[in-house]
Amino acid sequence: MDSGTISGIVTIVFVLVFIGIVWWAYSRDNKQAFEDAGRLPFEEDNAPISKGDSK
Amino acid sequence: MEATTYNYKVVRQFAIMTVVWGIVGMLLGVILASQLIWPDLTFGIEWLSYGRLRPLHTNAVIFAFGGSAMFAVSYYIVQRTCQVRLWAEKLAAFTFWGWTLVIVLAAITLPLGYTSSKEYAELEWPIDLLITVVWVSYALVFFGTIVKRKTKHIYVSNWFFGAYILVIAILHLVNNAELPVTLTKSYSAYSGVQDAMVQWWYGHNAVGFFLTTAFLGMMYYFIPKQAGRPIYSYRLSVVHFWSLNFIYMWAGPHHLQYTALPDWAQSLGMVFSLMLLAPSWGGMMNGIMTMSGAWHKLRTDPILKFMVTALSFYGMSTFEGPMMSIKTVNALSHYTEWTVGHVHSGALGWVAMITIGSMYYLIPRLFGRESMYSTKLIEWHFWLSTIGVVLYIAALWIAGVAQGLMWRAANADGTLTYSFAQVINTMYPFYGIRLMGGAMFFSGMLIMAWNVWQTTRQGRVVNDAPIPQAVHA
Repeated sequence: MDSGTISGIVTIVFVLVFIGIVWWAYSRDNKQAFEDAGRLPFEEDNAPISKGDSK
Repeated sequence: MEATTYNYKVVRQFAIMTVVWGIVGMLLGVILASQLIWPDLTFGIEWLSYGRLRPLHTNAVIFAFGGSAMFAVSYYIVQRTCQVRLWAEKLAAFTFWGWTLVIVLAAITLPLGYTSSKEYAELEWPIDLLITVVWVSYALVFFGTIVKRKTKHIYVSNWFFGAYILVIAILHLVNNAELPVTLTKSYSAYSGVQDAMVQWWYGHNAVGFFLTTAFLGMMYYFIPKQAGRPIYSYRLSVVHFWSLNFIYMWAGPHHLQYTALPDWAQSLGMVFSLMLLAPSWGGMMNGIMTMSGAWHKLRTDPILKFMVTALSFYGMSTFEGPMMSIKTVNALSHYTEWTVGHVHSGALGWVAMITIGSMYYLIPRLFGRESMYSTKLIEWHFWLSTIGVVLYIAALWIAGVAQGLMWRAANADGTLTYSFAQVINTMYPFYGIRLMGGAMFFSGMLIMAWNVWQTTRQGRVVNDAPIPQAVHA
């Protein structure tokens, strides 16, 4: 196999990986999970605060 | 017993040192800019000569100022978004003292002239080893904290921090592979064009992963927090993460256009640099769009102004960078002041401004206050910085293009139209404007130091920030 063929195959593989990532990120099944993750910086403000003794 | 509070001590130490090293690093920049105008400024003392202070400046602003900021915010964000106290706190304390020791050693050895001569990797091998130990400790603390998290998801900022920690470790080890001959002198394991390629694979990814990926993690936490709304599109941030980090890895050869590097490698570097525009602007838009519905806050909140302006400079410099990597543009821009201007548009406009904004958010919280001592002074800092950067980069754009055109200008008989000294002479007015811009940016940092000092004086040291105890699915 010459280097041109290898380059071609590598390019196709990377494009497929990219499409896979976009598909995974935007699939309906993962919508809720990503929205939950996006709210993480704000979780702290709603969560009940511990009354336990501090270290 | 399970910890019920966050570790703010190490965050606070790094946050304060961020301000200190910012002032030191930028003061060095002002001195260097002055030396270009007045070469005898430091009376010919070799320790203070341009060639010795320049690597100290770059190391101080990137690794001391930027590095301390990254330690501070990554330790803060990983704790708060994982809702656990730092793992291996003694190791975290060691990273502070170890990193600070690295910086002090750099400040001693670089003016003395000890250097491995690799740009942004000048430090000699004993310091390289210390950096490795500190960095591995950092990775252990960071990933250890991720592992013991109480939340189900890993927030996107932590993905960016994780990539940055991992890649910087690889870059550092590969580029600093060297053969020590004495305690203070080593030689690179590579030679010729391989050495150049390894160096710029390192150098470009130091920009890509240290100054971009890491600070995007900062952006993805502090902009939503300060704007009071979640990131515009979390899903876009996921695509942003993977594509940015993948593409950055291959852009290094654009530093070696028209050199002995094989032509295909030069073209590869150019193509990947052009592709970088897409994820860079995707990330920038994601940050900017987070402001939608909260734009009115920009009028009254100088912290948000810092952050949004930082994103604007990020967008500008990530447009400029790919353009400069195009071979024909590079033929004009390379080795000129344009490159220096481009770097500072990214370093001052993006890295420093997002850091400053984040520190103004973070520092009051570490000292038990609602906000900084003076919002008015933040406003002053913002305008000094913004006008300073604009003066700086505009001057060096003009200077760089003029320089490139003068260097390539040839007479009909093939001789050069301008001598090197003539070109330098043309630079003086622009060096003056650049010094003014840099001095303005630096004076903003002094205002920040005063504001931080007053905030800490009136605040209290917070060591009891509670961890939410709710059970997460």
